Amino acid sequence: MAKEIERAGIPVVHVCTIVPISRTVGANRIVPAVAIPHPLGDPGKSRDEEKTLRRRLVEKALRALQTRIEGQTVFGD
Amino acid sequence: METRIRAVHYLNQFFGRIGGEDRAHTEPLSRDGAVGPGLLFQQIFGREVEIVGTIICGDNYFNEHMGQATDALLSLIKGYEPEVVLAGPAFNAGRYGVACGAVCEAVTRELGIPAVTGMFRENPGVEMFRSLVYIVETGGSALGMQDAAKTMAGLAVKLAKGEPLGSPAEEGYLARGIRKNIFASERGAARAVAMLLRKLEGEPYTTEYPMPAFDRVAPMPPIERLGEATIALVTSGGIVPKGNPDHIESSSASRYGKYDISGIMSLSPQSHETAHGGDDPTYANEDPHRVLPLDVVRDLEREGVIGRLYPYYYATVGNGTSVANAREFAREIAGELVRDGVQAVILSST
Repeated sequence: MAKEIERAGIPVVHVCTIVPISRTVGANRIVPAVAIPHPLGDPGKSRDEEKTLRRRLVEKALRALQTRIEGQTVFGD
Repeated sequence: METRIRAVHYLNQFFGRIGGEDRAHTEPLSRDGAVGPGLLFQQIFGREVEIVGTIICGDNYFNEHMGQATDALLSLIKGYEPEVVLAGPAFNAGRYGVACGAVCEAVTRELGIPAVTGMFRENPGVEMFRSLVYIVETGGSALGMQDAAKTMAGLAVKLAKGEPLGSPAEEGYLARGIRKNIFASERGAARAVAMLLRKLEGEPYTTEYPMPAFDRVAPMPPIERLGEATIALVTSGGIVPKGNPDHIESSSASRYGKYDISGIMSLSPQSHETAHGGDDPTYANEDPHRVLPLDVVRDLEREGVIGRLYPYYYATVGNGTSVANAREFAREIAGELVRDGVQAVILSST
């Protein structure tokens, strides 16, 4: 889906845990997430900490969307 | 006493009889002898091969700690001193396919032992590992276990004995892109003309050199003014309004949903849930933001960091969903997003 939306002319950032699969399907901007069943959260944290963590991931995703890239890029730490 | 070929079998937590999604975090462990589908393999092998051990790892643990898990599994495998390693088959299970491919690749490279796995053609593990390992082509579900086990077992015996292999089509594995010189009964020119004639007649023919298909999309330029941009949320993690009004299937989805979020500031267990059946839904049902980050995107919108959140989000279930369906959903979604001037998409996947 990431690839097809990008093909239509809209940059996509893929937030997901299994980065190798994201590479295989052809996403260009990839942000590694927390865990498979909860990519944008962590049930081990308090609600506030969890939201802070989620905000950091979304901010990283937005930075990825503002970054010029040549090919597939993983935006790690 | 006759000597039997020693084999080790890799399974996930489900086929390894440890448990379901609730045990997907199981760390690598071993069991002596055959387990689950290994019993069928053992029956097919008869006295020629003995499955001396079974190595098991949870799908989430493997995919979230790929390096560590691979190292731990390798040392467990090594302990059994196998001559061949089997993994799966994984059918269309994505996480399991990635694990099977990675285990076989590591076994082949690090231990110098042949390895065989089995997967459905669309398993993401196929594109990742087909050039590196032997992947027998299987059906999409465990209904194909019998056929898969027969083909995998046959290939494993040949590899363990160092017997020459036939073409991928003859042996039942997915072509690895390796070219091999063979003696043909006819010259190349005669074979090419015969192929061309069949093509002209509309009859089936098999090319001797398939062209590689690279389907990559060049990255779009970045967003220039985020503070003025309209951003849309899309997820393959199955977040839907409570009750799943569009009846999106928990696996092999044939549809997606478009949901109005104008004026909605956050999601709750009362308002939304996940339709995804491929992983433990507990966490997403407790707090749907763990998959669809509406709360923080609304905050960022209010703070002016982004211009505007598109008033709808799109969701489907990416669990065994065919590539053809996913492509079709994305084309329709992209058409609407382009029409409505959306400048960027955050796509979240479980």
